[in-house]
Amino acid sequence: MLSAILALTALAVVFGLLLGFAAVRFKVEADPVVDQIDAILPQTQCGQCGYPGCRPYAEAIASGEADINQCPPGGEAGVQALADLLGRDPKPINPEHGEIKPKMVAVIDEQLCIGCTLCIQACPVDAILGAAKHMHTVIEAECTGCELCVPPCPVDCIAMVPVKTEIATWKWPYPESLPEDQPTSLADLLTGGAAGRGA
Amino acid sequence: MTEYALILVSTVLVNNFVLVKFLGLCPFMGVSRKLETATGMALATTFVLTLSSVCSYLANEYLLAPLGLEYLRTITFILVIAVVVQFTEMVVHKTSPLLYQVLGIFLPLITTNCAVLGVALLNVQTQHGFIESGLYGFGAAVGFSLVLILFAAMRERIAVADVPVPFRGPSIALVTAGLMSVAFMGFSGLVKG
Repeated sequence: MLSAILALTALAVVFGLLLGFAAVRFKVEADPVVDQIDAILPQTQCGQCGYPGCRPYAEAIASGEADINQCPPGGEAGVQALADLLGRDPKPINPEHGEIKPKMVAVIDEQLCIGCTLCIQACPVDAILGAAKHMHTVIEAECTGCELCVPPCPVDCIAMVPVKTEIATWKWPYPESLPEDQPTSLADLLTGGAAGRGA
Repeated sequence: MTEYALILVSTVLVNNFVLVKFLGLCPFMGVSRKLETATGMALATTFVLTLSSVCSYLANEYLLAPLGLEYLRTITFILVIAVVVQFTEMVVHKTSPLLYQVLGIFLPLITTNCAVLGVALLNVQTQHGFIESGLYGFGAAVGFSLVLILFAAMRERIAVADVPVPFRGPSIALVTAGLMSVAFMGFSGLVKG
């Protein structure tokens, strides 16, 4: 009895050590290029590139299967960053995959929503909250603006609204593309936006 | 030498694990829908089956038998098989990413292939030695691969054939498997000749 327990324990310990050693010795780092590409992509998971999400698109770029100009949400800046990373020439976004739009969020008109849950199923990032026959709403901070929830809605109660620039959402603009109507510094933003600067 | 050849022929054709002993039927039905996946599964199983057959022989001979713990065989063999599979997966992942991609999900799935445990237990039952165990495992794996790949190729053709409605899907696959089994019974004539 005792020897049985000891033998099995010993066997388990030996195997455990062996596997532990193997886990360290044969550790595999995931392809770092894929990770770097994935970090540049905007993570909208919108599928406009033709791949089911940003990670598969990153893998396709890394394997040379896809071009770098298939990501409209990433915009020209995204293509530029990918071109720098991969040492390729930047090129304009392929219009086949959609056009560049300002960052949007989905807003559900709660008066019209019938609680069908179709948009919840479509959302790739689980940003829509609600239950069957109950009103749904969008968690704005989670929404990536991918527009995948718009077509399934049977009552067309989802609208895409450009994100308003607020202190929480303001980002440093890229140097070459200073838009006129956007506050370019935090001070502008606090004192009433770019309108004040233009005047 | 003849003995070793006999073991191989016996396990591959005459006593085929899938069609005669009816072991390892779940991967046989489960991954035989496409030839490509069937080949991956066959490769992975060949590797693991041979290795685990030898390893469980060693565990039985040098751990269980000296301590008189033969009644712990099943649980020990399961442990050995699980570890061998896990270890193989890690090594393959590290050394050959291409092979890892081909084998994919099938590698861990082999843990639950009853043919693997069956070979280990039959080794003990028939009192095989070290080399015989390895050959027995390898032969069983080759037999499994042969049948799996043949069956997958057949299913690919059946998929586009005009099968009567009541037979479509798994039914025709099982009928095919049955016919294959009958065909393999013909190999038992090999021994007498």
